[in-house]
Formats: sequence, C-alpha cells, structure tokens
Amino acid sequence: MAYQVSVFAENKPGKIERVTTILAAKAINILAITISDAGDYGIIKLLLNNPEEGADALKNAGLPASLKEVVAVKVPDKPGGLAGIAQMLHLKGINVEDAYGFITDKGHEAIFVFQVQNVSHVESIIRSEGITVVSDRELYMI
Amino acid sequence: MYWKDEIETISRSDLEKLQLERLKTSLETAVRSSFYSQRFAETHVDISKIKTLDHIRDLPFTTKHDLRLSYPDGMMSVPREKVVRLHASSGTTGKSTVIFYTKNDIEAWADVVCRGMFSAGMRSSDIFQNMMGYGLFTGGLGLHYGAERLGCLVIPSATGNSPKQIELMQDFGSTIMHITPSYALHLGETVQKEMGIDPRDLSVKKAILGAEPYSEGTRDKIEQLWGVDAYNNYGLSEMNGPGVALECIYKNGMHCAEDYYIAEIIDPETCEPVQEGEIGELVLTHINREAMPMIRYRTRDLTRFIPGPCECGRTLRRLDRMTGRTDDMLIISGVNVFPSQIEGVLMGVPEVGNNYQIVIDRESNLDRLHVRVELYAKMFTGEVKELEKLKAHITNKLKSVIVVTPRIEFCEPGALPASVGKAIRVIDNRKI
Repeated sequence: MAYQVSVFAENKPGKIERVTTILAAKAINILAITISDAGDYGIIKLLLNNPEEGADALKNAGLPASLKEVVAVKVPDKPGGLAGIAQMLHLKGINVEDAYGFITDKGHEAIFVFQVQNVSHVESIIRSEGITVVSDRELYMI
Repeated sequence: MYWKDEIETISRSDLEKLQLERLKTSLETAVRSSFYSQRFAETHVDISKIKTLDHIRDLPFTTKHDLRLSYPDGMMSVPREKVVRLHASSGTTGKSTVIFYTKNDIEAWADVVCRGMFSAGMRSSDIFQNMMGYGLFTGGLGLHYGAERLGCLVIPSATGNSPKQIELMQDFGSTIMHITPSYALHLGETVQKEMGIDPRDLSVKKAILGAEPYSEGTRDKIEQLWGVDAYNNYGLSEMNGPGVALECIYKNGMHCAEDYYIAEIIDPETCEPVQEGEIGELVLTHINREAMPMIRYRTRDLTRFIPGPCECGRTLRRLDRMTGRTDDMLIISGVNVFPSQIEGVLMGVPEVGNNYQIVIDRESNLDRLHVRVELYAKMFTGEVKELEKLKAHITNKLKSVIVVTPRIEFCEPGALPASVGKAIRVIDNRKI
C-alpha cells in the first residue's frame, strides 16, 4: 500500500511554488505530482518519498493536507503496457477515481498510481492476477 | 388629475388634524397587541395624553429586533379570525419577520398603491406587467392589487424567464412594467443582444422601479435603454410593502402617503428630528392599519424631505431617493440580507474555518453574491468530490436562510482577513 499527500490550493499563481518550497526545505523528494482542478480551487496530489513527514510539514505551514491510500502498480514501459492493466481492471469491475503515472526505467518499467474505493481489496485482486503492486517502501526507494 | 383630490391636495392643517385623529385610533389598536401593551406599560406611555402630533415623540421606537422578538404574532392587534393574509421577509435566526393584514388592510394598501401609480400617469387602459416576486415578498402582490384597483389589465409574470417576459410584452402590448432596476437593465440588454430586438420598439411606456437601491444615473440608463419614463417607488414589508411613497409624473421625489403613514426624519444618533430638508433616518408610523399597526418604526433608510411644493399640486410631502442605510443590511436582487445571517450559517458548518468574506458583484446587471470561506484544515479529506458536496451543502443551507443563491468559494486558512479587529467582511463592488 502507498500513500499520496493531497493539498488544498486556491486557483492562483504561486500556489505550487509554496507547496514545493515547503517540501524542499524538509529535503523531501517528489516522485509524481498531479492537480485535480475544481474551478476556484484545486487539489494538488503528490507522491513523496516521505509522505508522513511531507503532510506534517504542509499542515504545520497552515495548509489543509491529508494522507490518502492509493494503489501503485508496475507496468511495462512499452506500447500497450497500460492497456493490459486497464483491461484487467475493467474485467474485475474496478472503478478508477483518479490516476497518474511516471516512468522509473525508460523502455522497461513505469508506475501507474490510482485511487479506488477499497484499496486493500483491489490490491489483493491485482496480486492474484500476477501484477506487481508496489509497496510504499519500494516506491519511496525509487 | 388626481385619484383622490380630497387627500392628495389636502391643506397641511387639515392633514395634520386627520393624522392626529388617526394616530389616536392607531395607538388604541396597537395597544391591543401583547407587544405594545407591554412596551407602553414598560415605558410609561399613556396614549390618552397624545393631544398633538408632536406628542408622537413621546412614544418609543419600534425596531426590526422588536419584530423578531414578537414572532410570530406578538404585534397582532386583532383576533386571528380577522387576519386574511401574511407576508414575511427572511430573518437573521432563520425566523422571518411576519406582517399580518386584515381585509381592510389589504383594501387600504391597494388604495395607496393605486393612488401612487395613478400619480405616475398610469390609467385603467394600461397593461401592467408585474415582473416582481409573488409570494411571501410584498413586491409582487402589493402592486398587483393596486393595479387591479386602478382597472388595468395585470399580467402577473413575476421574476425571471426573460424570453417569456418579452413574449408577453409583445403579445399583449404591455405599457407599464414593474421591475427591479437591475433586472430592467439585464432584460433590456438581453433583448438587444440575444433577441435582436430594440427594447425601445416594444410597447412599454413607463417603468415603476423598486425593491433595490439605485442611482439617478441608473434611472437615466433604464429610460434610455427602454425609451420609457421610470418612477421610483418606496416601501418596506413592515409598512405593508411597496407604496409608502411613489413618484408623480414630475419624477422629483416620492409623495409619501401621509394619510396612511406619519413620516419623521431623525438623526439616527440623537434620535432628534433633523432640520427640514436634511438627511436622516426615516421613521414611519401606521395610522390606518388594523392587523398590525407599528408605531415609530425605524426603517434604517436614510433620506430627506424635499422642501417646497411639487409642480403636480399634491400637498403630500416628497421623500428623496434613499441614500443609504444606518445598519449593515444588504439588498441583493431585491432581497434584504444581513451579514449576520450568512455568518450564522457558516459557523454551523464544522468544515468551515473562522473567517469568511461576502463579496457582491453585478454581472450583466444582475447581483451576484459570492461567499468566500476558509477551509478548516483538520476537516480536509483531500477529495474534490467531498469539497463539492460541502459546497452544495453550504449553498443550500444559505439559500434556505437568505433566499439568495450564493456562489461559494473555498480559501486556504489564513487567506482572509482575521476576525479580530475591523475585519472587512463585506465587499460591495456594485456601482449603484
């Protein structure tokens, strides 16, 4: 199981700078970032090498931040790599609420991160299909 | 030409006699209510000692707060069976302020409104399109009854649905519209831009404007846009509703229906009368009311008497356009809103932090209420879905209290001015 840090931000210039500067000051590394836009505000979603410390640092700076369980899986970095996983999720009736991905080893391996309702249940289904779920320790070692 | 010569051109001395006589009757009626019997007892008022009009100054004021305290029927002066209608405006604690009417009160109100509209040149041959809210709000029904009394064909089209409004105007040849100034501008521009119709080519000749504060410049704009003469109309639900004072064809101040109301203008600080012609707070007393006469009601509206006679020959004194208020009440899309009502709702939502800001803008001539709220960091779940649900929840809760639909904006904690000291909670960007 892996954790993502979600931060509330008004839809204004300088908000990403503020968040990333707070993390930089704590020497926390960002593995991936995505923003869910909702008009006058957005939620910045961050995959960090130390999510607990990152969330605390943001909260201490007065920002609404929370830790959220997500599923991270290894996918081959090649055409159709994600399609295979997506097909399996479809067949198992798993609904993906929000997702993003990043490459860890170009031409070989990427990580697909997604939000679902019941993380541990989904992880066990995926594992039974022979797909590698990346644990938080593995993820944060990247 | 007058609707009721004997009143509209009455000599001041005869009017004062009539006012005194009616004031005495009004006080006798008022004291039958639980509110006034208690209030007069507490303040040692002996109504039999009211011998001249100046003695009205010995009577205590009535405020909106008193109305709330007496909710629901503490000011009712007649048996419940005699009451035929109520109107209400929204209240700070979720409770409305309620106004009751007997059959005679409805008749009298219709009479006052009818007379005022006649003075603005409205005649029985006119087709009157009433684009005001019907329902608890007094604006719609008040002028509706007055126009029927006058003998006009009344189209009760109420608010909104611009294409339908225009269709009615075209199909029935409406000659007079009753409308809020902001909607008059919005509708006129919509007609031009979206329907390719010049509002000046429509049949409307006159507009009666009310329910919102607006400037002389806005009146000019409406008159230009629609090719109409526009008249000011003042009223408040506590004093029946619209029709307390209405402009005649000379459009130079609103003749107050002084046979129904005694109007005083006082210094809101000292509560002493101001010099004739000076601006102060308007205080009104019902002198022809059965179900709920209110004595020396503090309207919180600032205005002045326009000195001198009017060209129309009416002797009823003229009130100038309202220049502001002595309290923090906002009028948004014709609805009275107090910032404390908004605060009351927000502070009952645990996900909301301590600070908020109320911003009012005018977008394409319509009022838009934005409420900016700080998120309470500890309640943050990290999901857009949850925040949107919260937004809908706050919107609905506010709407149920203030009637107006707000647009909620979430802010980070600390983004808004703190509540200590003089936080600017209300930003009114409307240019009135």
